[in-house]
Amino acid sequence: MQLRAQLINGIQLLSTQGRIDQAGAEPFSAALSPYLADCQAGQPAIVLDFAGVEYISSIGLRALMLAHKQATAQQGRIAIAALTPLVAEVFVISHFDQVLKVYPTVADAIEDLR
Amino acid sequence: MKVRFWGTRGSIPVSMTAQAVRAKLITALSGAAGVDLSSHEQVVAYVDRLDFATAGCFGGHSSCVQLETGGSEHIILDMGSGARPLAGHYLGQHGGKPQTYHVFMSHLHWDHIMGFPFFTPAYIPGNQLIIHSCHSEAEFAFRRQQAEPSFPVDFSLLRADIRFDVMEPGRDYAVAGLTVSAKKQRHGGDSYGWRFDDGKAVVVYTTDSEHDVGDLAERAAFADFFHQADLVIFDAMYSLAAAISVKEDWGHSSNIVGVELCQLAQAKRLCLFHHEPAYDDLQIAQILNETRRFEELTREGAPLEILSAWDGLEVVL
Ligand SMILES: [Zn+2]
Ligand SMILES: [Zn+2]
Repeated sequence: MQLRAQLINGIQLLSTQGRIDQAGAEPFSAALSPYLADCQAGQPAIVLDFAGVEYISSIGLRALMLAHKQATAQQGRIAIAALTPLVAEVFVISHFDQVLKVYPTVADAIEDLR
Repeated sequence: MKVRFWGTRGSIPVSMTAQAVRAKLITALSGAAGVDLSSHEQVVAYVDRLDFATAGCFGGHSSCVQLETGGSEHIILDMGSGARPLAGHYLGQHGGKPQTYHVFMSHLHWDHIMGFPFFTPAYIPGNQLIIHSCHSEAEFAFRRQQAEPSFPVDFSLLRADIRFDVMEPGRDYAVAGLTVSAKKQRHGGDSYGWRFDDGKAVVVYTTDSEHDVGDLAERAAFADFFHQADLVIFDAMYSLAAAISVKEDWGHSSNIVGVELCQLAQAKRLCLFHHEPAYDDLQIAQILNETRRFEELTREGAPLEILSAWDGLEVVL
């Protein structure tokens, strides 16, 4: 899995696509890992652009939880934006919308976090 | 096989409060505006149209489930506080006539044994009780909860023939016409899931079981244990987010993992069980609706039927 990285207004925007399921979770975590290492106090916040993510299963949600835990422990900031309707529903049902900061659009996330 | 639920609440029994009754009445009466309720039949029909969280109640007894196999010996899963009304049911059916009861214990936490001192068949001479578990300390736990100063009647005063059968996980046993096997689960002090097969239907009872969603070997082993079950009674106490963050290592699972495992196992029905004691009927009903929606969103093969257990629910397989 590839992450497309852009630095916009001091925000590290990472865009991904496809399914983050049993097969997709590990490549996603591996691709995210170097950016996560830099997600610290005083460093750019990470915004994950999920517009291209078709589905996320429990193992993918676990990967997000671990990323969130690591960023928080490093005093970094990580948020998610532009969920597709299906993924947004999965976030509500699993209560991940109560753990992670979720924005309707990438622009909203950048505006709020910069 | 028929499955009847007597206790479905997790961790500690709860009871409906005056506030909750009042809220249900207000909802029901608000919806009745303009409805013709002038006859008894119209009132009954109106009540029957209300949703379960308004006209019904999930109940508050802790874990106790009955399997009816059609045979003469009785099968009970866990001895939570639901075992007290279950005892009344058996006495109503069989009076003082000697009976054989097989009890299968998930584990020995208090919410799963607390009904036993109120299970009246244990007091009646001629009855036989066999308490099956995979815990060598089962007898100790049952005796201790009735010892002074915790209970007025010591275990030694029980007049039924009570035996403890310590079984091993991963083996098939023949009990009361069923093929029974156990699987070790992730829970404080260990817990065991049980799989019951009468040749026509398979019931899996898997409560007080945490799943590490990152452990693919564990996932495959549970999918195997649940394989093509007609009913999986599943610990869905927490949301997935809570189960893998603030409540990690608390030993419980979520509706999401229940659906994923049952889909992987090609099971037919998932029954959400061991409800969080802090939840009211509306919250449990909402979880049921959301779980049904999640199943719909993720369905690839045959649909998985989703139920939420309540004290009194019967499922015929
Ligand atoms: Zn329990
Ligand atoms: Zn327990």
